[in-house]
Amino acid sequence: MLKQIEGSRAVAEAVARCRPEVICAYPITPQTHIVEGLGEMVKSGELANCEFINVESEFAALSVAIGASAAGARAYTATASQGLLFMAEAVYNAAGLGLPIVMTIGNRAIGAPINIWNDHSDSMSMRDAGWIQLYAETNQEALDLHIQAFRLAEELSCPVMVCMDGFILTHAYDRVDVPTQEDVDAFLPPFEPRQVLDVADPVSMGAMVGPEAFTEVRYLAHHKQLRALKLIPQLSAAFQARFGRFSGGLVKPYRTDDAETIIVALGSVNGTIQEVVDEMRDAGTKIGSLGICSFRPFPLAQVREVLQHAKRVVVIEKCLAVGLGGIVSDGVRNALSGIVLKGHTVIAGLGGRAITRAALRQLFQDAGNDELEQLTFLDLDADLIQFELEREARARRSGPTAEAILRRVGTVASQVA
Amino acid sequence: MDKPFAITLDVGSSLANKTGSWRTSRPVYVDRLPPCNHACPAGENIQSWLYHAEAGDYEAAWRVLTRDNPLPAIMGRVCYHPCETACNRGQLDESVGINSVERFLGDEALKRGWRFEPPARESGKRVLVVGAGPSGLAAAYHLRLFGHAVTIIEAGPLAGGMMRFGIPKYRLPRDVLDAEVQRILDLGIELRLNRKVSNILETMEQDRFDAAFLAVGAHIAKRAFIPAGSAAHMLDAIAVLRGMEGEDKPLLGRRVVVYGGGNTALDVARTAKRLGASDAIVVYRRTREKMPAHDFEVEEALQEGVLIKWLSTIRNMADAGTLTVEKMRLDDKGFPQPTGEFETLETDSLVLALGQDVDLSLLYGVADLVIEHGVVQVGANMMTGHPGIFAGGDMVPSERTVTVAVGHGKKAARHIDAWLRGGSYAPLPAHKLAPFESLNPWYYADAPKTARPMLDLARRASTFDEIVAGLDESTALFEARRCLSCGNCFECDNCYGVCPDNAVIKLGPGKRFEFNYDYCKGCGICVAECPCGAIEMIPETI
Amino acid sequence: MELQTVKFYQTGTFTVGNRLLAEDERSVQANMDRTNSLNSGHRACQGCGEALGARYAIDAAMRATNGELIAVNATGCLEVFSTPYPETSWKIPWIHSLFGNAAAVASGVAAAMRVKGTPGVRVVAQGGDGGTTDIGFGCLSGMFERNDDVLYICYDNEAYMNTGVQRSSATPPAARTATTPAVGREPGNVFGTGKNVPLIAMAHSIPYVATASVANLRDLERKVAKAMEIAGARYVHIHVPCPLGWGSLPADTIKVARLAVESGLFPLFEVEYGEITGRTPIRRKVPVTDYLRLQKRFAHLFNVAGEGRVAQIQAIADRNIAKFGLLEEARTHG
Repeated sequence: MLKQIEGSRAVAEAVARCRPEVICAYPITPQTHIVEGLGEMVKSGELANCEFINVESEFAALSVAIGASAAGARAYTATASQGLLFMAEAVYNAAGLGLPIVMTIGNRAIGAPINIWNDHSDSMSMRDAGWIQLYAETNQEALDLHIQAFRLAEELSCPVMVCMDGFILTHAYDRVDVPTQEDVDAFLPPFEPRQVLDVADPVSMGAMVGPEAFTEVRYLAHHKQLRALKLIPQLSAAFQARFGRFSGGLVKPYRTDDAETIIVALGSVNGTIQEVVDEMRDAGTKIGSLGICSFRPFPLAQVREVLQHAKRVVVIEKCLAVGLGGIVSDGVRNALSGIVLKGHTVIAGLGGRAITRAALRQLFQDAGNDELEQLTFLDLDADLIQFELEREARARRSGPTAEAILRRVGTVASQVA
Repeated sequence: MDKPFAITLDVGSSLANKTGSWRTSRPVYVDRLPPCNHACPAGENIQSWLYHAEAGDYEAAWRVLTRDNPLPAIMGRVCYHPCETACNRGQLDESVGINSVERFLGDEALKRGWRFEPPARESGKRVLVVGAGPSGLAAAYHLRLFGHAVTIIEAGPLAGGMMRFGIPKYRLPRDVLDAEVQRILDLGIELRLNRKVSNILETMEQDRFDAAFLAVGAHIAKRAFIPAGSAAHMLDAIAVLRGMEGEDKPLLGRRVVVYGGGNTALDVARTAKRLGASDAIVVYRRTREKMPAHDFEVEEALQEGVLIKWLSTIRNMADAGTLTVEKMRLDDKGFPQPTGEFETLETDSLVLALGQDVDLSLLYGVADLVIEHGVVQVGANMMTGHPGIFAGGDMVPSERTVTVAVGHGKKAARHIDAWLRGGSYAPLPAHKLAPFESLNPWYYADAPKTARPMLDLARRASTFDEIVAGLDESTALFEARRCLSCGNCFECDNCYGVCPDNAVIKLGPGKRFEFNYDYCKGCGICVAECPCGAIEMIPETI
Repeated sequence: MELQTVKFYQTGTFTVGNRLLAEDERSVQANMDRTNSLNSGHRACQGCGEALGARYAIDAAMRATNGELIAVNATGCLEVFSTPYPETSWKIPWIHSLFGNAAAVASGVAAAMRVKGTPGVRVVAQGGDGGTTDIGFGCLSGMFERNDDVLYICYDNEAYMNTGVQRSSATPPAARTATTPAVGREPGNVFGTGKNVPLIAMAHSIPYVATASVANLRDLERKVAKAMEIAGARYVHIHVPCPLGWGSLPADTIKVARLAVESGLFPLFEVEYGEITGRTPIRRKVPVTDYLRLQKRFAHLFNVAGEGRVAQIQAIADRNIAKFGLLEEARTHG
């Protein structure tokens, strides 16, 4: 059914159709509307047979989900940024125990300095915890991925993170097609746990494993994600068959067949990139883009296949490996191992800074003219940087950096001396 | 369930880890000797029969008891219960009323008519027992159970010895005495009354006895040199008490003085009161602390109005019944010394209770005997110097109580039985004692001793009714359950419960427990928390 | 004749069982069919009080729920010694997640039982003092506040034992631990610090709170059974000696626990909805020194400088006795 609703609401309705049994809620911008929506549906009775629990922290949220999932219930929660870090121990724990929890990440920057706007630093901090990570490009895809995520998680016994850009997707009102309960039921069967706490068949879950077996356990976790590389395309095909549209999959190439320059990115920025690609194609540039949906497992073979014939690759990242540069770029370079082409990393959109078509066009042209550095921070205010470096060099006690920059930039608040 | 590798484990897999290999010492169940058993002169397995009694299995308890002592109803009235003195519970609150429970069991047996099992086989041997007192009766009982033919020859008109002719009726009712004696005789023991054995060798020869046990007791009153007029009414205590059994009670008069400080003296004084004496005075040369009589006897006597003159000796007795009494004082060594102060005491009769001697005439002509201080010496096997002639009770060196006599009878019987078969009897080495320190008294609930009801004074003064009543079943049960079961497992389940490693196996009711040494880490909590000290740690062998 | 109330279980009152007691009057531990939820083969130290306390509590909970119980365990000694791959000593469904989230995981399991339509399957969360009073405190408070149907059992051995005896907020004053060593001006743990979680649980007004000790098995079992009769958030705090960490003899574990109770230092009481509703009176009061002397972690109190501090500890015990009325007659059903 077509609806014009907020992205968060769309996700809430999708999750509700998946018949979750235990939902844990702890507020943090920008995901809060999702759990609020679900809470209302549970309380009104619209979402039946579901326990909605207001927990006291994100750590508790995922812990409650762990308990519920281990006991055989379909469990769901959502968080972002600081909250994801606060539950970090539990994130690793859920993956290590192999519990098929689905969690929405409303991608948001991580402080300090505190920042509520969108970038990918939160989910990136958990990229190696063992969860499957899927990045939605649109509100529709965000909605659709949740339905696929439950089935994916439960088939593999592996938790799945569905990442959607905070504010850009979560708070945007967009037209979405919300599937019917029947269609979702036909796609997603009831949860059959691989291991469960059952008084009729007791087991001990969460043993201590020493050097003699730990490596094997970790290998098996890696192996599980390698199986996901096969399962994810199968599920998106099945989804298309049932719901009539393509969503998810490992990667989405756009006009890459004869492209000399290919732009790689995760999430909603792909929409903007595609528009610029279209403009530049119209002007005759051989340019294309590759959206990566499944970041974990990283689709090495599929990325290689798309990029191998290009002359240059520009990876646009909403995250930063401080002291190194790009994170997604690492994966891409890995995929292109042995192939020589020009690779560029562009750090853009950190802390919610807008990525404009103009900026992108300039960027892609520079790339095409081989005028792009290997590592670039898009729209960096060089003067501001210069000023700040000089200021810090002048005195040992130079004070907090963020406040000094704000004062320089001239926000209203900073002018109250 | 398809469990993920290593993260999820199957129930029961820890049993593969035999933590018993950690131990340096291991617990073992032991049986220790309870102090009551140790103290009982008759060697009763007190802890064992209390164990049965506390479960309400009175017949089982009685049978365990009578394996050692055939006279429980009597014991429960006359024994001085050294078991209670030794009882570890005495260090907790008060000793268990073992004596009361023994009496209860004895009375139950009489009430229900429980009989002794006769021997399965006859040995073909004949044993003579001289004296139907407690020692002789006990010996006869045990010898009969060994399958020997037993004949008791008794000089007096009735069986019982000092039980009948020394202990007053108000302490030991005669129907109880008769019943317990008869029950022993019912095993097929021949009793010849009113026959005094004048020559033991002849008597043995005559009826072809293979061995003899002599238990003639000490029935001759000791005398003191007290000058007296010819008409002075002076008697001895033995005669007085014996006289109580006959038709004609002794005539003691309205004022009676008893000279002596033992239980017999008090028995006579209390008997005198019951016979109607207005004054019964016990004269004793030392103080109450030094008095050999048991304190409770003194107490009861005083309650009944018996007067006691301490630190006094009797110098002479005039015809008219006036006694001259000299006051004494104790010197620094505790011996009484004359003070030179005299007084007179009017009395109708003077009864001497100064001790008893043994009539050893039946032993004249028997070779190899050793007689010292008026008693026959016997070896550890209760045999006199003459082979085949054994002796016990008051006629051998002993503490002169009914219980000791019964103990002698049992011991002698075992040795006689072994001797008859050409061997000797060696008792098994005793277990280690179970002292109070080996117990964990925390676990015993606070439970003060039950007092036996006493006849009120008015009735005591005028009749020979039994003074001390027995316990009824609920109180006997309560009392039996106060037993700490020192050194012997009574299945309290503590070890089974306190082991952190679940390494104690409960075998079931009556079957106690076993250690699972595969898993026992040797922590020792079971030893510390066993209430009765029936577990010990021993070093592990390497 | 003087009347005497006949107690038909003179030892059975305090011992684990007694052959003369009816089966239903004995403890769960006396029963040959007890679950043995924590079975042999675990790697606890000799004489471990926590192993004992865990079996006592979980067996009692299994009896009370007819075997329908799921246990959630925090990281700590109990978890480590009971489930080292490839062996587990647990005979019941059991999960270990993290150090600080046992209460939250248990809330999740309870929610799952409700939603799956098996509310008769009950949930127990268990952790040591570290996992409960410190790192697990937030989740514990959240579980209490939501009144989730979980019984949380804390095994209090008064320090982080599994990592080598470090101080927790449950460590008593003056105790020596690896992070409060017995040196300097104030050796051992500092006076005036520490957290009383049973009283904090009381402040949450949850349906049931109780303290218990491995020295009083029947009291412990009664409290666990009572807790299982109630739905909602419940908390039982069990005092369990650690021979290694406390420096006491392995054989003394129950004795030391008993002295803690009998001195007044560890009061046994019950709370319902924020009000104290019962306490187990002291049977034979002892001075705190009887308790302290058996443990090397308090050895430094018995030199010249320690006297005043012993007096302070005695004052704590006396305050407990007064506050909970531990020397009065029992007011609740025994």
